[in-house]
Amino acid sequence: MSIQYRIIHCLNQFFGGIGGEEQASTPPSLFSGARGPGMLLQKEFPQIEIAATLVFGDNYVAENPEAAIREILGLLTPYCTENRPDLLVAGPAFNAGRYGIACGAICQAVQEELDLPAVTGMYPNNPAVELYRLHTFIARTSDNVMGMADAIGNMIPLGLKLVREEEVWPEKDGYLLQGKRKNIFVRETGAKRAVTMLLARMNGEPFTTEYPMPVFDRAEPAPPIKDMGQARLALVTSGGIVPKGNPDRIEAANAQRFGTYSLKGLQALSAQTHQTAHGGYDPTYANQDPNRVLPLDAVRELEAEGAIGSLHEYYYATVGNATSVENARKYGQQIAKILVADGVQAVILTST
Amino acid sequence: MVKEIERSGIPVVHACSIVPISLTVGGNRIVPTIAIPHPFGRPDKSIAEEKALRRQLVEKALHALQTPIEKQTVFE
Repeated sequence: MSIQYRIIHCLNQFFGGIGGEEQASTPPSLFSGARGPGMLLQKEFPQIEIAATLVFGDNYVAENPEAAIREILGLLTPYCTENRPDLLVAGPAFNAGRYGIACGAICQAVQEELDLPAVTGMYPNNPAVELYRLHTFIARTSDNVMGMADAIGNMIPLGLKLVREEEVWPEKDGYLLQGKRKNIFVRETGAKRAVTMLLARMNGEPFTTEYPMPVFDRAEPAPPIKDMGQARLALVTSGGIVPKGNPDRIEAANAQRFGTYSLKGLQALSAQTHQTAHGGYDPTYANQDPNRVLPLDAVRELEAEGAIGSLHEYYYATVGNATSVENARKYGQQIAKILVADGVQAVILTST
Repeated sequence: MVKEIERSGIPVVHACSIVPISLTVGGNRIVPTIAIPHPFGRPDKSIAEEKALRRQLVEKALHALQTPIEKQTVFE
């Protein structure tokens, strides 16, 4: 089959073959041809040629999306004026939060600034979905790279439909809801359809709503502490700081547990006593000085000066790296129970 | 985790480097930190400067815990 479409592919440093977490601060650069999953993409869709691959470090984009996106547009603009590509494909990012943010931001920017159709792919619970789903096409994927072939098989047909300006639908074309309403013709009136659904519900039969209600999971802000100098503070982290050797073997990704660790007698964390178990960022700096993630030294200093009443004897740690929302909720509930029982009044929760 | 602890009535300050994620998942008191691999650190500075910056961030977090809020608030 001859080449019909030319696309630009965007990948993070892992998938782009530049390196691991130690390369997460790499600025974006443009390479000609396909890299990593782009090879699979071209093999599965012989009518597509990847003209260029843009590769960026996860942290470089996620820490400062606005500046990074301007830089990326600067790289892509000359490219898009001569020999304009048909489509931009970003990712898939699966359940990777930083990667998802980058993919969403790039897709939105090239659609709006370069008028180029764009598609990405993510797991529905990826935190970037809520940020970008209204403005971009996010194909549904599994939560990890095992689902690469399916993700590509979902993203590309959707992207090509956008190029050809064909009609797309979330359910049929496998992308996440954008919150758009479309007018369609149906045989039965709304009243009749609603009553049919109601009867089905009353009879305990299955039915599909035409307007799923959004789920807002929000916690009311708790009242402030009147005087931290009188209050009991606890430290919690999703940054994976654990005693040296990771005694509970908290997983580097998709954590299945949290740890409870004593701070008694400790004035600061150190490379000798603590380390990170987190597999989602370069551990060099946290392992050199774990206070960079869980700032015990500063907290103890402020406690000694009376700015903090007292520090709870334990801290609680898990790894927030592709950890499921259900597990995180469960750990939060369990930790909250202990904190309430121990009379803790305020919490600093640190995340990487 | 932030929300579940907050639901128990204990105010939580979320100190994190990717503020949009905290806003999306429902953090109420948010303090932006320095960088993903070292939220409370600046490895390029001297140890004294780094410690001073870390202390400032913790003080900001304590300030957030003592501030009444009605809605999600980022303490820049």
